[in-house]
Amino acid sequence: MMTNPTGRLTQGQFSFLPDLTDAEITLQIEYGLKKGYAWAVEYTDDPHPRNTYWEMFGMPMFDLSDAAGVMMELKSCRSTFPQHYIRLVAFDSTRGVETIVMSFIVNRPAVEPGFGLVRQETNGRTMRYTIRGYEAERAEGERYRR
Amino acid sequence: MRTARTVAEVMAQSQAGDVLDELDRELVGLAPVKARIRDIAALLVIDRLRMNQGLQAQTPSLHMSFTGNPGTGKTTVALRMAQILHRLGYIRKGHLVAVTRDDLVGQYVGHTAPKTREVLKKAMGGVLFIDEAYYLYRPDNERDYGQEAIEILMQVMENHRDDLVVILAGYGDRMETFFQSNPGMRSRIAHHLEFPDFAEGELLRIAEMMLEQQNYRFGPGAREAFQEYLARRIRQPQFANARSVRNALDRARLRQASRLFANPDKELTVDDLSTIESPDIRASRVFDPGAAATPNN
Ligand SMILES: Nc1ncnc2c1ncn2[C@@H]1O[C@H](COP(=O)(O)OP(=O)(O)OP(=O)(O)O)[C@@H](O)[C@H]1O
Ligand SMILES: [Mg+2]
Repeated sequence: MMTNPTGRLTQGQFSFLPDLTDAEITLQIEYGLKKGYAWAVEYTDDPHPRNTYWEMFGMPMFDLSDAAGVMMELKSCRSTFPQHYIRLVAFDSTRGVETIVMSFIVNRPAVEPGFGLVRQETNGRTMRYTIRGYEAERAEGERYRR
Repeated sequence: MRTARTVAEVMAQSQAGDVLDELDRELVGLAPVKARIRDIAALLVIDRLRMNQGLQAQTPSLHMSFTGNPGTGKTTVALRMAQILHRLGYIRKGHLVAVTRDDLVGQYVGHTAPKTREVLKKAMGGVLFIDEAYYLYRPDNERDYGQEAIEILMQVMENHRDDLVVILAGYGDRMETFFQSNPGMRSRIAHHLEFPDFAEGELLRIAEMMLEQQNYRFGPGAREAFQEYLARRIRQPQFANARSVRNALDRARLRQASRLFANPDKELTVDDLSTIESPDIRASRVFDPGAAATPNN
């Protein structure tokens, strides 16, 4: 299993660790809020590493004081998309930074088949390589359904 | 720090006593309100002690309604309440988010739920103060989006008791009508606090405290003038208790400034600058017999 050594998607922070519990997620959110970050919930069923922009679940949350607000939104996203990848991202609006500074997965499908290596023969004996998610073969919304 | 076993220890560790004393000192009158706040504080302290002894730790519901006439201190007390509940560990952050109907209710289908939820998310960890809550409910229009906001509120008040305290505020009679048409809301509110109108003497004390906070004081005869002012003003329409006092003092400061301004060459002492004289008050239109019906001066 060269392409999927851990059997799980490893993107963002903490992704080589066991899944964070809700209490641990809450602590991370608190940390971000103390730094003044705005949290947002995003989801996708196409976790290709080059798929930078996942779908937004509602607006980014500015001016929150407590993690419970973010957790409320996360729970509602989980119940809407139980078999999707869901991540929390923290945006730092400091002038000159203005970018995502934290990002980690908080929900994953039960089974993660991972990615296959696609070889394309071109001119001469040149090979081009790319990866393609096994689930991406199926239509959006139909993936990870088992 | 050892686990608290006495009321005094909990009070000392939480510093809630400071806020309670401050409340007593800085807010004039409001005896029934202060008593209820002490009761609530007592309940939370005893709950803490019970928890320390391993007894039940189910959090009580502390959603409240504040009813009273304009300017009786509802918003002011809500701010203190947030501090007290925070010190006693009932809410995690202690901030107050004050909103009215427009912040919760949307303009078109699908607008209300995200708006209400956004406000709720901001209030989590603290107190959500909904001023003039009865405007959420418009019985004349059954398609009104306010009902949607009420339903989301009720759901969160039930499921997120640990995360926020909701205070509904407004004038007594209208709140009563609101609760009658929304029994679910009434049943979620554990504490109904009624804010009485201030007596004349209390209003005068409030005036003196407000002046002192701004480094002003009454000159000779000015206190009596203000007392007379109050006696007249109370009987006029649109009297708004402590807020009317604040407004009257603001206008008195304006007149004091004009009076000093009229003498450009006079050297002004600290005394001159900080004294409200009796004429500054008696110039009010409240003393003008011809204009008794116009309360705004
Ligand atoms: N008990 C009090 N002692 C001293 N000052 C007070 C007291 N109650 C209210 N005030 C002052 O009166 C003003 C009005 O109070 P507040 O805004 O809390 O009234 P309110 O009941 O919320 O009025 P409304 O219903 O019109 O919103 C504030 O400036 C506040 O500082
Ligand atoms: Mg108010």
